[in-house]
Amino acid sequence: MHMTMTDKTLDEILTLAAAHFNVPRQRLTPDDDFFKTLGIDSLQALDLLTKLENHFRIELPDYELQGVSDFRTLASRIQARL
Amino acid sequence: MNQFKGETLSWEVKDSVLELALHRQPCNEIGSTTIAELESFVAALRPIETEAHALIIYSELKPGFCAGADLRELYRRSREMAQADALRGVRHYVERIHAVMNAIDASPLTTIAAVHGVTFGGGFELALTCDLIVADKMARFCFPELRLGLIPSFGGIPRLKRDLGNSVVRDLLLTGRSFNAAKAQQIGLVSQVVGEGEALRAARATAAAAKKFIKVIPYEELKQEVDLFCELFSRPAVEAGLRKFVESTDALPYLP
Repeated sequence: MHMTMTDKTLDEILTLAAAHFNVPRQRLTPDDDFFKTLGIDSLQALDLLTKLENHFRIELPDYELQGVSDFRTLASRIQARL
Repeated sequence: MNQFKGETLSWEVKDSVLELALHRQPCNEIGSTTIAELESFVAALRPIETEAHALIIYSELKPGFCAGADLRELYRRSREMAQADALRGVRHYVERIHAVMNAIDASPLTTIAAVHGVTFGGGFELALTCDLIVADKMARFCFPELRLGLIPSFGGIPRLKRDLGNSVVRDLLLTGRSFNAAKAQQIGLVSQVVGEGEALRAARATAAAAKKFIKVIPYEELKQEVDLFCELFSRPAVEAGLRKFVESTDALPYLP
């Protein structure tokens, strides 16, 4: 099956988040609320943001993430900066 | 006194480098105990300056360098007092921390902040007093108090203006956003970005090679910052923002 760029970005985010927070990759799905699924607070969310910025070599101002709590929307925000 | 171990921080001289380690849980929030110990530190600085050539400031805690002022303590204490007394208390708190920051800024030692993780508010401002900032690639910088309707109060704006261009300063202050170490290096704030867990090692290597450096300190603008912060602190919107922050159940409620 053909994988779109956003699917690929999403997959990389899920893999990276799973590794960073030591969660099995298969437990994470695109529409999960990452605060709940990963059990993280706002500080750890910023840590994830830094990890993602470093991985994708982008800058993603945190005001663009206001109200974003699922991986799919996060992927679309990142994709828009690639 | 070239060695000290306190509740919130410790210092010692090693190989002619003075190292100041921050270790107050959860992320080195600067409250009354930290200020008192920082005051002891700057009082000890002058004699140490004859036996050391550099100062490194770093955190021993995993979450980061420093999360800034202990706003919970500041809010709680100000609520316990009548408004006029509270404002006097806030001014006293800010003036004390300014005296500490100015003393570090004015030190003839080469000063290096080795930062990682959270480098927010007063923690960011503490790093700005240093001649050099060495950052772990996972470091993140921000002035979260801007989202509460307050300005940085530990000398941040005058020092940012001293070190960076106006467009960058406006971007950071008008949006209150956070940014990572790569961005910090790109804008000229950070001199070196290193791998995770490598900031202190890199700072020690830099200190070994460094010469002394004296820089200009914007005393007048720093004084104006104290006045403006105290004026803002008395506003109802700020009081409401602080209450929301203090009552948050999030461990460290930095995002809006």
